[in-house]
Amino acid sequence: MKNREDKILLGHGSGGRMMHDLIEGLFLKHFSNNILNEQTDAAILNVGSSEIAFTTDSFVIDPLFFPGGNIGKLAVCGTVNDLAVSGAEPLYISVSMIIEEGFPMKDLEIIVESLAAEAKKAGVLIVTGDTKVVNKGKCDKLFINTAGIGRVRKEDRQVSKALDIQVGDVIIVNGTIGDHGMAVMNARESFNFKTTVESDCASLNQLIREVLDQSSVKFMRDPTRGGVATVLNELVEKRQLGIEIDESNLPVISGVKAMCELLGFDPLHIANEGKVLIVASEKDGNKILEILKNNELGRQSAIIGRVVNDHPGKVVLKNETGGRRIVDSLSGDQLPRIC
Amino acid sequence: MKYVDEYRKKDLILSVSEKLKSISKKEIVLMEVCGGHTMAIHRFGLHSLLPSNIKLISGPGCPVCVSSQHFIDTAMAYSKVPGVIITTYGDLIRVPGSTTSLEKERANGSDVRIIYSVLDALEIAKKNPEKSVVFLGIGFETTAPLTAAAILQAKKENIPNFYVLSAHKVMPPVMKALVNEGVKIDGFIAPGHVSAITGTAIYDDLATVCGLGVVVSGFEPVDMMQSVLMLTEQLESGTPKVEVQYQRVVQHDGNKIAQQILEEVFELRDDQWRGLGTIPESGLRIRENLSAFDAEKHFKVEVPESTEPKGCICGQILRGLKTPVDCRLFARKCTPSDPVGACMVSGEGTCATYYKYRT
Repeated sequence: MKNREDKILLGHGSGGRMMHDLIEGLFLKHFSNNILNEQTDAAILNVGSSEIAFTTDSFVIDPLFFPGGNIGKLAVCGTVNDLAVSGAEPLYISVSMIIEEGFPMKDLEIIVESLAAEAKKAGVLIVTGDTKVVNKGKCDKLFINTAGIGRVRKEDRQVSKALDIQVGDVIIVNGTIGDHGMAVMNARESFNFKTTVESDCASLNQLIREVLDQSSVKFMRDPTRGGVATVLNELVEKRQLGIEIDESNLPVISGVKAMCELLGFDPLHIANEGKVLIVASEKDGNKILEILKNNELGRQSAIIGRVVNDHPGKVVLKNETGGRRIVDSLSGDQLPRIC
Repeated sequence: MKYVDEYRKKDLILSVSEKLKSISKKEIVLMEVCGGHTMAIHRFGLHSLLPSNIKLISGPGCPVCVSSQHFIDTAMAYSKVPGVIITTYGDLIRVPGSTTSLEKERANGSDVRIIYSVLDALEIAKKNPEKSVVFLGIGFETTAPLTAAAILQAKKENIPNFYVLSAHKVMPPVMKALVNEGVKIDGFIAPGHVSAITGTAIYDDLATVCGLGVVVSGFEPVDMMQSVLMLTEQLESGTPKVEVQYQRVVQHDGNKIAQQILEEVFELRDDQWRGLGTIPESGLRIRENLSAFDAEKHFKVEVPESTEPKGCICGQILRGLKTPVDCRLFARKCTPSDPVGACMVSGEGTCATYYKYRT
């Protein structure tokens, strides 16, 4: 396999280059089949005469409660969004819990209530589940796995495959980036930044449905771990096309910008949980922008970049002062700088 | 964002660029000592705004990059001692030692924790009285006062299980060493945060004895361009001196309280620098009366002889003699996700910066 490590490092789970190598070099090597090899957020399956999307995701977030949400809300949004960006209408989800002995019942209740509330909001039913309790110290408080299935309309089944990307296509995001990662980091570490940054954690299926019903989308994906940078790099990898992002158009709230400046992070690498990246022709892009801006979850949408002929396979950011830099996938974990 | 946006204004940057082009005649080489400066230059594309006769070279001012292989290997040896918790600023955990890295040792079961302030290490020590907490102290006059303050705090609160492995260094000796070695430098862009602590007198020798220009600079593009302009004016008029561009932060005398704390806790020692060898009186050792907090005095570990990675030219890059693109490992065998040398690990390392901005 590509990865030369003999043990799993934390970076293997960070959504960046190391995880990519692990998936390519180990999982795909052994699991390979036509459906999995598509490597989309959800598998598209033919069942009888209809097509369904199927996906799964595990949630191990620490802390369990953070500004803007908790692990329960996140567990629904994550799976719903994976289905939605695959062009599917999410219908049913499962919820499995691995709970550490001694976990407060009161906290579990709050989390379960959030799961139920978010499922209702997203219009999905929780139809099956599993419960395991492990000895104290054998897992960290609570881990949740959700899986989901959704119905795929024929006309939407290509949106996760990026089949027709062309020079001049625009890249749109439905609002500010980096909010989730920075909100969680601020809640977890002892920075005590006085900031109002909240996770953007939200189910996007209704927003995405509006977009798909009224316009033509070439590709969409939710930029979770590894951030916007990782999704865009995966998009142009192995293609004779590049992407140019314009820094002045990137929506980043000042709290996130300030935390990133202080810690040496790049907002493009920070996780989001209520964002979708959409690629469309310029004409459709403007229409999509209008649709997004009319929705509560897309008020601050922006066209952040374009597909270009230059630097094939690479994502390049142009800043306001004329500088240009390569935006790589995240390598391992982001590390704060020290001086 | 206040205090940032106004120093990134394109018009201002371009007007300084125009002025530079109008006054610059001589071929000059300026060294930006600090990794933060290297990053800013590349991030904002400042090379393209300078006249072709002004060359900027990167210097040895990234703490992670200049920490010696022996220091990394010692930290690794401590991490294997039962009951030890290693606390460190993030970048260091990925620096390859002679045989392994702290990141890999953590996967092997060592307790290695990333912290954001040395005071977090003190808290960890208080919460884990049965463990020994070692803080890996790296950085220049910028981070050293914080380490010093933590040691004084540990003494005051009587925290017996807190130790520091000090690789702290001071800036002026290495700058002089480069000049004495014959590296062609006409002036230094000096790190503003160092002088915020030390003041500016530390560079007087470089101007008066060595005849070099020194401008203490901030880290935003307008700061950097203005600093290059100030150095160019000095060098064109033949009047090298120490000047402060970063006046919103740096005062001539620096921060007296921080200086006193530094003096109270540390003394100078000869110290090893990656790729530069041992430089006299360039490192900070914990004073004898505080040796209870000195990891080197407390732990007796076998540290195998350190080996520098084969083919890596970090040393020459840190001396400004080569650039990363001269290295045959660069962007091939050595990348941020799989670094061979320390300069590829730190976000402010010269190699990592060149890698990121290699358009």
